Amino acid sequence: MEQQHEHIVRSYEEELALLNNKIAKMGGLAEQVLGQSFEALERRDPDLAASTINEDEEIDELQREIEEQAVVMIARRQPMAYDLRQIMAALRISTDLERIGDLGKNIAKRAVAVVSEQQPKQLMLGLKHMGELALGQLKEVLDAFIERDADRALAVWYKDEEIDAMYNSLFRELLTYMMEDPRNIGLCTHLLFGAKNIERVGDHATNIAETVYYLVHGRAITDQRPKGDTTASTPVSMKRTAV
Amino acid sequence: MEAQPAVRVQAPAVPEPREGQSVARLELKMAARDVNLWYGEKQALFGVSLDMFDSSVTALIGPSGCGKSTFLRCLDRMNDVIDGCRVEGDIRLDGEDIYAPRVDPVQLRARVGMVFQKPNPFPKSIFENVAYGPRIHGLCKTKAEYADVVEKSLTRAGLWDEVKDRLDESGTGLSGGQQQRLCIARAISVNPEVLLMDEPCSALDPIATAKIETLMDELKKNLCIVIVTHSMQQAARVSQRTAFFHLGKLVEVDETSKIFTNPTDQRTQDYVTGRFG
Repeated sequence: MEQQHEHIVRSYEEELALLNNKIAKMGGLAEQVLGQSFEALERRDPDLAASTINEDEEIDELQREIEEQAVVMIARRQPMAYDLRQIMAALRISTDLERIGDLGKNIAKRAVAVVSEQQPKQLMLGLKHMGELALGQLKEVLDAFIERDADRALAVWYKDEEIDAMYNSLFRELLTYMMEDPRNIGLCTHLLFGAKNIERVGDHATNIAETVYYLVHGRAITDQRPKGDTTASTPVSMKRTAV
Repeated sequence: MEAQPAVRVQAPAVPEPREGQSVARLELKMAARDVNLWYGEKQALFGVSLDMFDSSVTALIGPSGCGKSTFLRCLDRMNDVIDGCRVEGDIRLDGEDIYAPRVDPVQLRARVGMVFQKPNPFPKSIFENVAYGPRIHGLCKTKAEYADVVEKSLTRAGLWDEVKDRLDESGTGLSGGQQQRLCIARAISVNPEVLLMDEPCSALDPIATAKIETLMDELKKNLCIVIVTHSMQQAARVSQRTAFFHLGKLVEVDETSKIFTNPTDQRTQDYVTGRFG
């Protein structure tokens, strides 16, 4: 769609701008919560973890605001076409961002739980790398939203496969550690959940990518996304190699 | 469709099939091809081509002066009576050219009924308002037949229960919404195949509007309805297809759901979202 003209009703234009700003702000906060949770886990910093957990509240509050504003706008403006899609997109993206905030909070909680544990370097490195990838995806898709760039969103959508692949390899690695020494099970379980949370962040980023694509083109992405997460079937093959 | 060399019949696009509603392939009822219209020197329509289907509502939207009402009036040759008005192009009803010399406009208007913006009942009784059409077309013979047509038409127009005890009172004594439904009853009393509605609700309150819209849902089952409306919400609510007019041209026509969620043309987008074009 070409450049949008201004609304005849200026207050309508302002409301839409406000909605966009709130999404941008919420996105920034989600990035921050996520980044800090990784850092807290890596540095084993309970204080940072605690403040991160608190910051998630702000994200929740923003989501409530966005939802309320969107409902009021639908009732009062009866939005059509691109405006309608903008409001629907705001609703959907805010839901995804709220979930991402929760996942970040959850990682921060696990950071607190594993503070006293010895952490194997290599595992932490893998987790960190996966986190950076997810964070990069989130940044990229939020930029795609702000720029209304469907192609960038599509690139994010395809790239999620990499996170899935990393999750698979981390999953195997963690299982190996646990089998080596049962004393690792506690830590590894926390890290496994952490990895799963990061993988979920990637999924929400792809959701947002789908929303951005819909916002711009008015139709859903029709391509079949390559699915990288195969851990649901992994235990079978693990049994074969382990025993 | 029989062979009609002058008409390029497009494959009728099927409006969105609603759930629980078996929409068979809709049949083309009226087809306008390359219609140009002049009021004296001034050209008001530029090459408008539009298909209108049976058993569905087609909404014409666009800013004031875009030609949508002018186009609507071409469909029952109402423009014939305007001095200096000249129509070119091809408009067909069931494949028949309605501007052919042998077509009697009065007979045409029995097949293509019209409801106007302002309710305009005749200063006669409610009964006579509805019986008027059948009378001038000589459709009924006995009093009982007239009474039957009047009751059926008023029932279809959703007005029967409200007026059955005062059929001999004047039609002008009814409320605005009732008057409009009386006009619809009058229009459908001669069993038209097409019903044209020129902003039928713009003088009515929301309740009366809702009643007319319900009525349209009912009537469209065996009618082709074409409605001009300034309310995009109304177009979105009642129609299956929407055509957007701008500066005398048909900009875009598509399924209503498409026009209001993802129009193709930037001008349509600007209009339905309330922006400057």
